[in-house]
Amino acid sequence: MKAIVTIRRRGTIADPEGSTIQRALGDLGFDEVSAVRVNRTIELEVDDDARIQEMCERLLVNPVMEDFDIEIVT
Amino acid sequence: MKVGIVVFPGTNCEHDVAHALGLLGADTELVWHRETNLDGLDRIVLPGGFAHGDYLRAGAIARFSPVMGPVADAAAAGVPVLGICNGFQVLCEAGLLPGALIANRDLRFICRPVHVRVESTDSILTQAAKPGQVLRIPLNSYEGNYVPSDTTPSPTLRYCEPDGSVTDSSNPNGSTDAIAGLTAGNVAGLMPHPERAVEDFMVSTDGRVLLQSFLGT
Repeated sequence: MKAIVTIRRRGTIADPEGSTIQRALGDLGFDEVSAVRVNRTIELEVDDDARIQEMCERLLVNPVMEDFDIEIVT
Repeated sequence: MKVGIVVFPGTNCEHDVAHALGLLGADTELVWHRETNLDGLDRIVLPGGFAHGDYLRAGAIARFSPVMGPVADAAAAGVPVLGICNGFQVLCEAGLLPGALIANRDLRFICRPVHVRVESTDSILTQAAKPGQVLRIPLNSYEGNYVPSDTTPSPTLRYCEPDGSVTDSSNPNGSTDAIAGLTAGNVAGLMPHPERAVEDFMVSTDGRVLLQSFLGT
């Protein structure tokens, strides 16, 4: 099965990449955009999804600045 | 005085650090990241570079290199540990220093001398410096933008203007509170490279006082 981990930088922490994209969209006339956040996804092929939470907590995510969710795709 | 300099795949400042510490009278030894015996080392440095390619997050994979368990044990036993640039990022990921380092505010790699002010001399990084002393030291990083955690102590070094004032424009990378360097007990980290400011032909010799502080000489 496949698991998709989405990692989001916490809203209180600056996202320079998102801010830069938002400015570029504004320059192109897309004034309706009020915020851009850039997330990261990691796709895992696994035989067993029991330990994905642990993988996130130990390695994939930095709890100081990031939150995550896990989606299992069969 | 024997200083171990940890080398991960992708570390690239180990020889500069060895040269600088050698100038100051220390014996140095390069320690491969798979080494687990750190006996006999009086100090440990995690130098700059791109450990494990900086993949995932800077320092995220390096913190699980085999050497890092013994580094944490040595730190707990009181051995002074210093992380420079990428080494600072590794120490944060490892939880030996609080907080995290993210991409610079303007998303540019910064490679130029910056000024930093000594905020506290109660640190293994600054004990030989004067309070308020301004140092000019090269910065060389993309992810130098410090994000604090609940346990972040008051800074040891802050980015500043040449006259020592801390302004928004003197903050090169957007670090919270203009933090350039931190200390937690006998563990310290900083983004600028003191080993690149130790000889007369370099931008300054201001890095010496930080490395002398670390060596306790």
